[in-house]
Parts: sequence; structure tokens; C-alpha cells
Amino acid sequence: METNEYAIEFSHLIKNFGEHRVLDGVDFKIHKGKITTILGFSGAGKSTLLKHILGLLHPSSGVVRVLGKDLSQLSEFSLREFRQKFGMLFQYAALFDSKTTFENIAFPLVEFTKNSYDQNMERVKELLDAVGLHERTLHRLPSELSGGMRKRVGLARALALKPEIILYDEPTTGLDPITTKMVNDLILETAVRGRERQMTSVIISHDIAATFRISDYVAFLDHGKMVEHLPVEEFKKSQHPLVRRFMEL
Amino acid sequence: MNFLTKYFKAQIEKLGASILDVVGGLGRFSNFAFLCMYWMFKRPFRTKLGWEQFYFIGNKSIFIVALTAAFSGMVMTYQTYLGFTLISADGFLGPIVALALAKELGPVFTGLIIAGRCGAAMAAQIGTMKVTEQVDALEVMGISSHQYLAVPRILATTFMMPILSTIFLLVGSVGSYVVGTKVLQIDGDLYFSQLGVFMFISDIFQGLIKATVFGYLIAVIGTYQGFSVKGGADGVGKATNLAVVWGMVMVLIVDYFLTSFLVLIL
Ligand SMILES: Nc1ncnc2c1ncn2[C@@H]1O[C@H](COP(=O)(O)OP(=O)(O)OP(=O)(O)O)[C@@H](O)[C@H]1O
Ligand SMILES: [Mg+2]
Repeated sequence: METNEYAIEFSHLIKNFGEHRVLDGVDFKIHKGKITTILGFSGAGKSTLLKHILGLLHPSSGVVRVLGKDLSQLSEFSLREFRQKFGMLFQYAALFDSKTTFENIAFPLVEFTKNSYDQNMERVKELLDAVGLHERTLHRLPSELSGGMRKRVGLARALALKPEIILYDEPTTGLDPITTKMVNDLILETAVRGRERQMTSVIISHDIAATFRISDYVAFLDHGKMVEHLPVEEFKKSQHPLVRRFMEL
Repeated sequence: MNFLTKYFKAQIEKLGASILDVVGGLGRFSNFAFLCMYWMFKRPFRTKLGWEQFYFIGNKSIFIVALTAAFSGMVMTYQTYLGFTLISADGFLGPIVALALAKELGPVFTGLIIAGRCGAAMAAQIGTMKVTEQVDALEVMGISSHQYLAVPRILATTFMMPILSTIFLLVGSVGSYVVGTKVLQIDGDLYFSQLGVFMFISDIFQGLIKATVFGYLIAVIGTYQGFSVKGGADGVGKATNLAVVWGMVMVLIVDYFLTSFLVLIL
């Protein structure tokens, strides 16, 4: 069995949108089983980087390796299949608004497993419990849930297939302080729970305090370049002028 | 002089930009249509979603199609009668109206109604899913959003249109018969007497082909507009509007060319 301490590796990743170079030679490795947060100013290319991990965007040049696989070597079909190893929590949860909580969480199970309804129900209840939701919410539509509850359902859906990598794109942007704390705690709990199976968490964030509280590693992306990537304690002491400016904001 | 060259240069640039816009749009549209075609034949087939859309479209439009059909048949009969009675050609009334309903009014009116009701609904539904990242969520799970969202709608509309168009023909004919025999006092036998002489199976067939093509077009346009939404709620509004306008315009334009083509081959 191949062992690799990195879950995701970028080498010389360049991405152009027409004339516009958004990622400019990113060299960066994300440790397996850890929480890594990517910080950066708006427009730095963070979401673009995330989409390369998922294979939703393809590099203009350079290589992206995920769990030891070079994504460019995968066919369209295997790439889609490969994505089952990921879970993603979107900024506004992105729940299917015509489906109930149960149907949303069970969606990946229905699509990708041969489980019976009862097996799905059991797993969904397990997941609800893990994200701290009551079974009452099972048959409600997203429009009948609060923002915080939707985030929990979104996380439960992301975790349904026991992903090896979980991605968060600005999980707390636009939430009130209490919900923000709740979501951050949830990310941490999820990571702790996934630790024994080496689940890797990648977070894109603007929230420095939370980043320092929950991350193992912190990276800083600026104008398409990874300018700093350190364990959290060292990152706090970083002398990089841009990083200092970002932290002082 | 300097001013003039500048003016012309600006005008030519504007023209060039709008040509590129149109060409680029056409390219993206054909690309989308092609992609949907590709996913149509890929497993897993989304049969359940297809049926859901089929019922949705049928349910949403059957009443309004029937209503439009009844009154179109009635007014058509009235107007035709006014002309034909002058030359004592009452016997031709039945077949003329039936032909018009089968070949033109049925497919075109049904197309306009479906573009307004269902093309718009598709753009709005998919557009909303796009701006709330639900489309991304599908893709991230490895599910093709084209296969999941566009293909069922395209297939359902393509198959539903000829059915609705047939309903249009039937209801319109009943409306015509009622006005013809009860209001205009034409003899019932006379109304039907020439039908077999003028109306052939191929006429009905021509209408069905048209309806099918319109259905496909309306759905591809509607779903394309949904997927092209950028920005927030106003983006969805704009796409919905475009889906209706383009859906209707294309029905009318394609109707002409399809007619001239079908006349040749049928
Ligand atoms: N599909 C695309 N086509 C063209 N340009 C794009 C595309 N996606 C992103 N960009 C551009 O790439 C740059 C980086 O975008 P990205 O979304 O990755 O930034 P970000 O770091 O996530 O910013 P934010 O914090 O605001 O989300 C932006 O200038 C954006 O305009
Ligand atoms: Mg972003």
C-alpha cells in the first residue's frame, strides 16, 4: 500500500483565464489528516485553487495530485467517480431546495450506493446526530431551516460518503458571531471525528481568529502565488509583510 | 478628419464586438446542445426525473392549451365562414379549419404557450440552482448537471409537445364543429363531407414533427438560459425573460423553414 503524508500536491500550477493569470506557479502540499486553512485577499485565487482540487478546472500548466493521483491522467468519467472521495460545504450550504433534509443528506447515498431506504435512514440519523441536528428536522425543506441549520445539513450531506478530503469555501462568511462559532466548532469536531481515518480538511477563510483556533497548517495565497505555508504556531509569527498586513486588518 | 476616423473606428469596433457577441453566444449554445445530446445517451438514465418533468409540463399547460385551442378553432371557423359563404363554399369549412389546426395553429400555438410557461420555468429553476451553487454541488458530487437537470427537461418537452399539439387539434376541431353547426347552422354531414378529400395522414404527421422540433428547441433554450445565469436574482429574471423571448421567436422562425422543408419531403 502506498503511503503518502500529503493528500494534495500542487506543482508549478498555473491557471490563465484568457489573458488573466489567476494562479501563477503554485507549489504547495497539503498534509494528510490535518486541517489546512488557506488565507488570502479577495481575488487572490483561493476559490480557483479549490476548483483545481476537485478537477472542476484544469491547469493551464503544472500538475495537481490528489491522494497520489495526477488529476490530468484521469478520464472525465473516472474524475467524476473520484469526486466521491470529496465532501464540500458551500458558503450558503447549497442544499437542493426542492428536497427535504432527509432527501438532501441521503442524496449521495441514493446516487452512489445500493443501500435500502432503511439503511439510508439509519445513516442519515447517524449524520444528523454528528452535526447536532434533531430528528424533527428530517422532513423539513431547506426554506424551513435557519442559516445555521442549513449549514449543518450541508455538512451532513458532505460527510455522507465518508470523504477522505473535506473542503470548506468560506464556511462562515455572512454568518452572525454565534453561528460562526458554532460552524467553526463543527468543523473542528468533524476533523477530530475523521482523524482516525485520516480525513483531510481544507478551509478557505477570511476569519483569522478562527483560523488560528482550528487549523494545523495555514497558507497564504497572494496574486496566484503561495507566499507562506507554515504550521499554525509558526504562521502566527510570520514576518512576511503581506501576511502581517492581512493579520492587522 | 481625425474626428471622423475616430468616429468610424468606434462604430466599426462596436459592430465587431456585437458580431463576436452573437458568434460567441451561438458557439456556447451549440456547445451546450451538443453536451446535452452526449449526456442523453449516458448511463444512468434519469427516467424518474424525466417522468416528473413530463407530468409537470403536462399539468402546467394542458388546461391553457385546451382553452386556447377551443377559441382558436371557434374564431377560425367564424372568419373562414364569412369568406367562404360568399362563394358558397361552406363544404370546405371543415377541412380548411382542420388542416390549419393540424399543420400550423396546433404546433405553433402550443409552442408559444409552452415557451411561455415551461421554457420560463426551466430557466428560472435552473438559474436559481445556479446562483445558489446547487449546480456546483451536483458537479462536486460527480453528477453531471447537464444530465441531471437539462436532459430530463429536454426529453420531457420533446415528447410532451406532440401530445399537447394533438390535444390542440382535437379540442380545436370540436370548437370548430360546434360553432360551425350550432352557431353558423352548417349541416353536420356537409361539415365532414370533404374532410377525407383534403386532409391526409401526412398533414397530421407534419404537425407532429413540427411540435416535436419546437419542444426540443424550447427546452434547450430554456435550460441553456438557466445554466448561463450569472450574478443573483436579477440574473435569474433576465434569463427567464430571454428564455421566453428566444423560445417564442425560434418557434416562429423555425416554423417557416420547417414548413418549406417538410413540403418538399412529405
Ligand atoms: N471562470 C472564470 N473566468 C474568468 N475569470 C475568473 C474565473 N474564475 C475566477 N476568475 C478570476 O480569478 C480571480 C480569482 O478568483 P477567485 O474566485 O479564485 O478569488 P478568491 O480568492 O476566491 O476571492 P474571494 O475571497 O473574493 O472569493 C478573480 O479576479 C476572478 O475574476
Ligand atoms: Mg472565493
